[in-house]
Amino acid sequence: MTRRTAPIAAAALAALLLAAGAHAKTLRTADQGDAVSMDPHSLNETTQLGFTGNVYEPLVMRDASLKLAPALATSWKQLSPTVWRFELRRGVRFHDGTPFTADDVVFTFQRAADPGSDMRGVVGQVKEVRKVDEHAVEVVTTAPVPILPDSLTSFYMMSKAWCETNGATRPVDKRKGVENAASVRANGTGPFRLRSREPGVRTVLVRNPQYWGKIEGNVTEVVWTPIGNDATRVAALKSGEIHLMQPVPVQDVDRLKQDPNVKVMQGPELRTIFLGMDSKRDELLYSNVKGKNPFKDRRVRQAVYQAIDIEAIRTRIMRGAATPTNLMIAPGVNGFNAELNRRPPHDPEAARRLLAEAGYPGGFEVRMNCPNDRYVNDGEICQAVAGMLARVGVKVNLEAETKNTYFPKILSRNTSFYLLGWTPTTYDAHNTLFNIMATPEGGRGVFNLGSWSNPRFDALTAQIGVETDPAKRKAMIDEAMKIHADEFGHVPLHQQALAWAARKNVATVQRADNMIMYRYATVD
Amino acid sequence: MSTSALARFLDGDVFHSFRGSPVAIGAALVAGVMILGAVLAPWISPHDPFDLKSLDLNNSLLPPAWTEQGQRAFPLGSDDQGRDVLSTILYGSRISLLVGLASVAFAMALGVGLGLLSGYVGGRLDAFIMRVADVQLSFPAILIALLINGVARAVLPSDANIDAMALAVLIGSIGLANWVQYARTVRGSTMVEKNKEYVQAARVIGVGPATIMVRHVLPNVLGPVLVIGTINVATAIITEATLSFLGVGVPPTSPSLGTMINNGNNFLYSGEWWLVVFPGAALILLCMSVNLLGDWLRDALNPRLQ
Repeated sequence: MTRRTAPIAAAALAALLLAAGAHAKTLRTADQGDAVSMDPHSLNETTQLGFTGNVYEPLVMRDASLKLAPALATSWKQLSPTVWRFELRRGVRFHDGTPFTADDVVFTFQRAADPGSDMRGVVGQVKEVRKVDEHAVEVVTTAPVPILPDSLTSFYMMSKAWCETNGATRPVDKRKGVENAASVRANGTGPFRLRSREPGVRTVLVRNPQYWGKIEGNVTEVVWTPIGNDATRVAALKSGEIHLMQPVPVQDVDRLKQDPNVKVMQGPELRTIFLGMDSKRDELLYSNVKGKNPFKDRRVRQAVYQAIDIEAIRTRIMRGAATPTNLMIAPGVNGFNAELNRRPPHDPEAARRLLAEAGYPGGFEVRMNCPNDRYVNDGEICQAVAGMLARVGVKVNLEAETKNTYFPKILSRNTSFYLLGWTPTTYDAHNTLFNIMATPEGGRGVFNLGSWSNPRFDALTAQIGVETDPAKRKAMIDEAMKIHADEFGHVPLHQQALAWAARKNVATVQRADNMIMYRYATVD
Repeated sequence: MSTSALARFLDGDVFHSFRGSPVAIGAALVAGVMILGAVLAPWISPHDPFDLKSLDLNNSLLPPAWTEQGQRAFPLGSDDQGRDVLSTILYGSRISLLVGLASVAFAMALGVGLGLLSGYVGGRLDAFIMRVADVQLSFPAILIALLINGVARAVLPSDANIDAMALAVLIGSIGLANWVQYARTVRGSTMVEKNKEYVQAARVIGVGPATIMVRHVLPNVLGPVLVIGTINVATAIITEATLSFLGVGVPPTSPSLGTMINNGNNFLYSGEWWLVVFPGAALILLCMSVNLLGDWLRDALNPRLQ
């Protein structure tokens, strides 16, 4: 470069940078927790699947209004009750440039079936995936699965070549300490690419210029930071350090609404919060009752239910940001029936009487396990429940702790009484019946941590899974839900409301599954 | 020959110095009132915040009594579970004081014992104990307390009473995290004392090493230990508050000052200022008064300043 051309080159460069600056739109966003890894098969949880869903894509996705939409599959049809054919999108490339083909789909299904995968529940019903040609696959299921496409919307496709080159052919498994390249790197087909990953600190995404579809928003870069402390997260938003955050602590909603620079986005969430009781063991692990298990008695479970003043929890703890429920599923989930959603009344007198009838006139003591950083005001809900149960004579020893120690404990069923929340990822009742309520056996009832069990309920669950006639299916779902409610298998509490907050200049789509898809975000 | 530390403490000089120091008198008054309040909590506090039966969610988040929506039954307001803040502070400072005093007593016993042994026996034992102390000193106390806390919770039988276990674990972990200071101080003084004539005289007439350490050396090295102990009570209370603030302290149903501040922190932006201001002020007053007393005691016991 000569001396005379240098200034011109510098000017050109400056102009280029300015132009780029005009287009660069960075969205800084915060969540209360981090994803455990960047591997889309390592944890079946909303935060994990929501974030990685910006980088990776499923065959069939949910659009802004949660309807099924073609993603990596352009169309699908059921060839026979157990065989589905998916036509794959042509011309799609992974972020590293390799084309997306049927081999990748076959590989991804195999990877997710690995014992270390947390997506086994999703692919457990799949017997075989056949490559028809480069751009079509057939999925064969063990039994008829009428809602197979619905169940694949959080199941993300990975590149076979990339996984093989990088030693990531098996999923990251945090429980066993298995880590690999997929923990901190990613190679998806989605609208955003992973630029950098610092676990627990920040994760940066950049817009994928080669994306096959249209990216609705204008964001070119996303900086995602976990901020666990409620007050700190709110402060970061108010000061403009971040553009978007969730969840908004319920106590701060009113104040934030008054801030002229901030808007609060609220909506219903599909997650149902409930209590579970060990109703299987002959003696509770953590109770002063020896030789028998009070929770085995339906009357005791009913007493727990009727001792809880759900209205007080709604108004005082949740400040109105919750919908009390009697069903284990939310309105909006297929199978919800408003008629069955009426709760038996809050009645401490009845609860005391039931306890006396069951042989516990003086109540009893039991330990309760509770997370304090997973759901909205979870620790506070448990404290309130402990107080309400104390008034009918049940002394609750509350153990509230962070989710990192809580989940390993209760998932190994080392509990007598616990709080949990569940969103059916298929938006269908069967997902909740099968995972949360049915008797644990094999892949079924994996999250039924108190092992409540009813043979008729289990039979119905199996039939609902394969029934294709919507009317018959609905009748069976109603019957199953009614059995569970009459038996007080769990104590449903409420659906918490979604609360996100953003700076005024940021707009995005708020989906009821609480997944933030940055493709919809615009920054002005 | 110096008189014994205990006798010196009770000596007229010390009381004279106390009377001459308004700061010490003020600090003693504040600490006295707070300790009395904590001890007498079951009798003087308007509610029993640890009795879950008495809590009513409909009384939650009431502002202090002198504001418009305040109620006289809740002089300093109530928290999100309907607990009276004043009663919770009184009961909470019981836990804070208990953990503070007991963990200092534990650390002191451990540190003084190891320090005496290390200084008096010397040699390899001394080297070993002091290297352990060096290693421990290179970590912040709160980190060690967190570590011990985590290990203890994983190891201890899980069917034990949660409240009692949480307290024991807190006391143990804060105590174990703080013994080094005492051991170092006592070791130094012991090495000086053990070569003095009275110790040699005792040895010559056939007194056993254990008796010499406890009867002769210990009283003469105890002065500085008392000063460190007093100041460390405040530190231990803050460590407990920090652990509870981080959520690894006492159960949320029997809150200490730290738990209360942690909880109040969530309401910083929503306007319920009384949830963090009052417990915070109580913690500051308690720690500051104990610290000032320790400070005064250090000066009063220092012969060079007299």
